[in-house]
Amino acid sequence: MIKMIQLVMLDVVKNRTVLAYLLLLSTLSWSVFFLEDSSTKGTLTLLNLMLLMIPLVSIIFSSIYIYNSSEFIYLLVSQPVSRKTIWISLYLGSVSALIVALFIGLGIPALLYLPLSIALYLISVGIAITATFSSFGFLVASAFRDKAKGIGVSILLWLFFAILFDGIILLLIFQFSAYPIEKAMIVVSMFSPLDLARILVLIQLDVASLLGYTGAIFQLFFGTKLGTIISAIVLLLWAVIPFLLSLKIFTKRDL
Amino acid sequence: MPCRAAYVCIVILTPLSLFATIWNVGTTYKLKKVHAALELAQSGDTIIVQSGLYTEGTLTINKKLVLIGINYPVLDGEKKAEVVSIKHDSVVFNGFRVQRSGYATLDDPGGIKVYNSNNVAIINNDLYDNFFGIYIQYGKHCRIQNNKIKSLGKDEQAIGNGIHCWKSDSLLIIGNKIQGHRDGIYFEFVTHSLIWRNQSEKNIRYGLHFMFSNNDTYVTNTFNNNGAGVAVMFSHKVNMFNNTFSNNWGDAAYGILLKEISDCVMQGNRFTSNTIAVYMEGTNRIKIYKCVFQNNGWGLKIQASCMDNSIELNNFLSNTFDVSTNGSLVLNTFSNNYWDKYNGYDLNKDKIGDIPFHPLSLFAVLVEQNNPVMLLYQSLFTVLLDKSEKLIPSLTPDNFIDESPRMLKIVL
Repeated sequence: MIKMIQLVMLDVVKNRTVLAYLLLLSTLSWSVFFLEDSSTKGTLTLLNLMLLMIPLVSIIFSSIYIYNSSEFIYLLVSQPVSRKTIWISLYLGSVSALIVALFIGLGIPALLYLPLSIALYLISVGIAITATFSSFGFLVASAFRDKAKGIGVSILLWLFFAILFDGIILLLIFQFSAYPIEKAMIVVSMFSPLDLARILVLIQLDVASLLGYTGAIFQLFFGTKLGTIISAIVLLLWAVIPFLLSLKIFTKRDL
Repeated sequence: MPCRAAYVCIVILTPLSLFATIWNVGTTYKLKKVHAALELAQSGDTIIVQSGLYTEGTLTINKKLVLIGINYPVLDGEKKAEVVSIKHDSVVFNGFRVQRSGYATLDDPGGIKVYNSNNVAIINNDLYDNFFGIYIQYGKHCRIQNNKIKSLGKDEQAIGNGIHCWKSDSLLIIGNKIQGHRDGIYFEFVTHSLIWRNQSEKNIRYGLHFMFSNNDTYVTNTFNNNGAGVAVMFSHKVNMFNNTFSNNWGDAAYGILLKEISDCVMQGNRFTSNTIAVYMEGTNRIKIYKCVFQNNGWGLKIQASCMDNSIELNNFLSNTFDVSTNGSLVLNTFSNNYWDKYNGYDLNKDKIGDIPFHPLSLFAVLVEQNNPVMLLYQSLFTVLLDKSEKLIPSLTPDNFIDESPRMLKIVL
């Protein structure tokens, strides 16, 4: 399996898309740190970029990768390896290539310019988002045979989590403004990996006090060890569940 | 010339020295206690206290005396009593360390308290760990200068104010350093007074607190890292020039809170790193002029109850929200400010942008209506909303506008 992961990684790196992704990320993050004089502002801009770029690239790239390597997959299936191993190696290989790109492109400047704890938060959140949206990509690619349809669904998924979900939250907040919804909002924020990630980083910055009462409630939850562990588990579930679903589809599918 | 000056001095000082006596207090002198000197001295005398520890309960000064401490003699209240009570006009109290006054909520003992007296000067003292630091009630023309006032209180209830003035007039409060009290400087019913070059920091509540105090001026003070910043309430004709309000950061912290005040001028002040730099509620005819707002959460929060305020020639730099308001009624004017979020153009090169600037973002309005919306801060959705609102303002009040935004930062 390790051999196969290496193979996939090499293949992904040769693909050059990951290289372009790396270059894009590093250009963006270096320019953010050169342009912004305060590190809080820099973090916020970087966070914004991360929440926009990483999910889009991860989901589109991983679904296209699966579609394009269908012949490679056929070849692998004809070998004496289980489908489970193939699928897991494909996933781990492509995700780790993306994570390496993320670490070099964004992690290094963040580690250099930001306080260590915040940089680590940003990087781990970035890794979680990469893993989550890659598994979305795998799910889409395994569920739809048609490439065009699959990519369309990927873009829709990205659009939903990046934009529409926040619109729904806004609607909810205004609909229930007469009620103490702060605690419920903690639960609601768990339904979007991007919102959860954003809030996790925001709470670490001193802009947190702009959040007023809501911020205080969130701080009470996310600021504690238990809260951090729970949100980490939720982020992990966001990555694991879609992948397991795709694994199930892939192992049973008639190729 | 020096000869002549000396001659003049002698002529002026001779009569004084003929009538006034100087009383020395210290371990090496006949008088060992300040109390004894206070009893023996006549009005117009001077008492010089040598360094040492004096634990004598309350020292009441009820004659016109000059008290001078040499090397900061320590007057210790042992947490039981008020340390110094000044109950006569024209007392000078200079160069003491006054520490550990008693705590009582009924009569508010202070390190140094002035009762119904005028022309009192409290200069160069070091006040440490008192309930109230310097307390003036019914004083006129008193001067509080170059004192260091520090307290170690943790709890708002258990600690008094650094400089507390009540029902007074024409006070001069100059060059004091205040730390760790409830309010750094507290004014209630104090008129025609000047607060100049003080540093008030790390106080539990406000750095400066004004209530019902009219016609006062404060200039070049620094208010840093106080629990809730500075509050000016229920006053009119207060002038605020060249002060620095910084690092008042927290859920309910303001650079300055203006409530029910009118006819004030704020000029040349700097607001850096406050949650809310200026919060205005029910304020009328205030001129905010040539101020700098930098790195604040909110630059200005102007509630709809404010009227006829003018905001002119200020710099707004990297604030999360430059301006916010809670209603659609706008009775205030913005003009000639520099906004770093402005991205208009200037075709005729007069350094004033050709298209007006809407300082109010849609997101700021939504947050004001409904605080939990702040959860969506920095999310793509709200960024897009803001951008579209900037192009076609529909939900934000369209007269909330700076018609003549500056293209370049205003040099102040």
